[in-house]
Amino acid sequence: MTWVNDHWGDIFTLARSHVWLAGVPLILGLLIALPLGWAARRWSRLYPVLISTSGLLYTIPSLALFVLMPIILGTKVLDPVNVVVAMTIYTVALLVRTVADGLGSVPDHVLQAARAMGYGGLRRFFGVELPLAVPVIAAGLRVAAVSNVSIVSVASLIGVPQLGNLLTDGYDRFITAEIIAGIVACVVLALVFDGLILLGERLLTPWRRAQVVRS
Amino acid sequence: MIRFDDVTKQYPDGTVAVDHLTLTAPTGKITVLVGPSGCGKTTSLRMVNRMIEPTSGTITLDGQDTGRMDEAEMRRGIGYVIQHAGLFPHRTVLDNVGTVPRLLGWDRKKTRDRSRELLERVGLAPELADRYPSQLSGGQQQRVGVARALAADPPVMLMDEPFSAVDPVVRDQLQDVFLDLQSELGKTIVFVTHDIDEAIKLGDQVAVLRVGGKLAQVSDPAYLLTHPVDDFVADFVGRDRGYRSLQFQPAPRLPLRSERTLVVGESTVGLTEPWVLVVDDERRPLGWVEPARVNGEVTSEALHRGGTVARASGSLRGALDAALSSPSRRGVIVDDSGTLVGTVRGHEVLSLIESAERPDVDRPDALAGHRGEGLA
Amino acid sequence: MIASILEWLTSSATWSGDSGLGARIVQHLWYSLLAVAIAAVVAIPLGLWVGHTGRAKWLVTLANSLRAVPTLGLLFAVALWLGPKFSSDLAFLIPSVVVLVVLVIPPILSGVYAGVEAVDPAARDAARGMGMRGMQVVRQVEIPNALPLILSGLRSAFLQVIATATVAAYVGLGGLGRYLIDGIKTGDYVSTAGGAIVVSLLALVVDGLLALVQRAVVSPGLTGGTVGRSRRGRVLPEDTTATGEARERAMDGVRGPAGGMSEVGGTVDTPKA
Repeated sequence: MTWVNDHWGDIFTLARSHVWLAGVPLILGLLIALPLGWAARRWSRLYPVLISTSGLLYTIPSLALFVLMPIILGTKVLDPVNVVVAMTIYTVALLVRTVADGLGSVPDHVLQAARAMGYGGLRRFFGVELPLAVPVIAAGLRVAAVSNVSIVSVASLIGVPQLGNLLTDGYDRFITAEIIAGIVACVVLALVFDGLILLGERLLTPWRRAQVVRS
Repeated sequence: MIRFDDVTKQYPDGTVAVDHLTLTAPTGKITVLVGPSGCGKTTSLRMVNRMIEPTSGTITLDGQDTGRMDEAEMRRGIGYVIQHAGLFPHRTVLDNVGTVPRLLGWDRKKTRDRSRELLERVGLAPELADRYPSQLSGGQQQRVGVARALAADPPVMLMDEPFSAVDPVVRDQLQDVFLDLQSELGKTIVFVTHDIDEAIKLGDQVAVLRVGGKLAQVSDPAYLLTHPVDDFVADFVGRDRGYRSLQFQPAPRLPLRSERTLVVGESTVGLTEPWVLVVDDERRPLGWVEPARVNGEVTSEALHRGGTVARASGSLRGALDAALSSPSRRGVIVDDSGTLVGTVRGHEVLSLIESAERPDVDRPDALAGHRGEGLA
Repeated sequence: MIASILEWLTSSATWSGDSGLGARIVQHLWYSLLAVAIAAVVAIPLGLWVGHTGRAKWLVTLANSLRAVPTLGLLFAVALWLGPKFSSDLAFLIPSVVVLVVLVIPPILSGVYAGVEAVDPAARDAARGMGMRGMQVVRQVEIPNALPLILSGLRSAFLQVIATATVAAYVGLGGLGRYLIDGIKTGDYVSTAGGAIVVSLLALVVDGLLALVQRAVVSPGLTGGTVGRSRRGRVLPEDTTATGEARERAMDGVRGPAGGMSEVGGTVDTPKA
């Protein structure tokens, strides 16, 4: 605890960049995955293509992807953008399938009813399909969030600072307390992300709470 | 013979699912357990093969206490059919049917031959044998379920709402297939349903259970319809039970009238009757025609085909329904080969019904039936 | 840059020797296989037991919540703690393998559990009702039906192990991670990127092979025969007759299993290292 007390400032700074490196890709990833997932539902031939591609991207080990980003993007090796882009790729890979399956989970009779009432195209998507797919998408987002927080810490090996630095530094200098502080900070951050997504899901799906009360 | 002797099932939370049930399912007969949801009918069925353990009381199979038998071995000797068929999705239809024979150690060849034979008996095309359950419709899956239960030729079958998940037309077909099989095989069957019509159609003996797992009445279906023991049973068997009970009253001496007939292609010119019956070359009824509207040759399109046709050897219900459903109000009666023998009027059927005796008003076993002895 | 990476990848000097690319690939595969095998021996029976009996579900919840622990932290903590207890190469090998095993127990366990849990209750009820004993139900019904999800869990486990073994080079483990870690330290970007490409390809190949295994061993009854087109859940049309036309319609509506497998990346729903 003494170590922690002496280093609150460092921990806070590192945590802030960790939030940035894990959180921004989560939002970007969701924004990219929504139209892709919708397209996968809309054109059934696209579904296997998109799912296979995201599966392939997801197999690339994180350290390898971080290291390869500069060649692909033409960035500097230490540029944090490398991490943001890599994490966005993982997030999209994970969420495309979730979004497609989430939209697919909307009962057909609901869609038919919406059509019958004159909901068309985009309005049907934003007014009916997307809200009803929120629970499935939120579940995928939670997996992505926890996973992102853990993967970002690996970026300390390529010299992009965030909470992972506590881990590498603690290991290099044999400070167990620092490693433990790093682990705890990552877990707390993952829980915070998880909680925020859960909260968002509840706010967006008031009808689900109503059901719980009735049963 | 399956016998429930004072069987009770109480769950740890205090709910009583089955309350002191005493009932006998006679050998070679279909005993239907029927009642609203929560009446313990499925629980009772599942206690027979010990899928659920009774809290107290004994269940015997031909005098042997099932509680003392080896569970798995006993179950291999009892056919088991459930609502959603419960087919194994990873096995082909043929391998599904062969499950119990394989468990019993039959060799592969004998199992396959037996399975093919059963698929044919339940009316499934041989090319379905190598399909997987997900490639079948619900009705086909249920047929496979029945075939699978029959595979090792068990003397006893337990059937838990086997036909309730399919649409009415398919259900009717499945029931007919099932009755056909049973008339050949003569199994001892306990059959659970919530559908009183199904119970009446299939049961040799029907046991009505009330919520809380108490037996309300047990008797043969005709008696149940005419002599419900209390308001609950009366309500449960339904408002039109008087009409439905007619199906158990044979229609003898129907006052048949001969009917003027036409065949397709004949002219209606000059006919004054409002309705005339059209038959085919072998005098099988095709439908009714209105000469005033046709005014020329009778065509197939001009036929009203709405009415039902009753057999002379059938029930009063059939005869009355034929009269009621006919556009001319004259019920068409045929012989067993389908040839027209005459027509009958509704009021004539009704007076027959009035003059007929209500069957078994003071049947001595009415009380015994209430206590659950039934056909035993 | 790309040209020099290609040159590095194709030069025989890179490939040869005890610490050459060929040997590193074998090492990497060996660690991965070892870790997954140990984890599978623990997690598969455990998952079957939890799924079959419905007892101790908290084990699965616990295993899943372990996923929030950052891999890197776990690796370093265990290396600091266990490393000094062993001499020679074991000091590098044992802590890393322990961490790898701990890491891949959750995906395997939850795959097996979810697979068994998802078995149609009616099929399980029928199995018992027809007189199968406990182990017969497990072997003849639960395992074959859970196979798609069990194999998904294993694929997920392999990907995670391959990724984490790379990182474990930092605590002294051999394998392909050496190129990345050593390359970053010495600023040799060519071998770093070369190693990254090779380890990515390795992950792809292993995942592809497992996808083939999955296709070969999973019953066609569970995948609807034609994977891909069966994914949209459609309700089976009911037949009114048992004849041809209705059967054809039923064929069109064949439905895949819940959480059915995919060609590549049936692993996408679990977090990675």
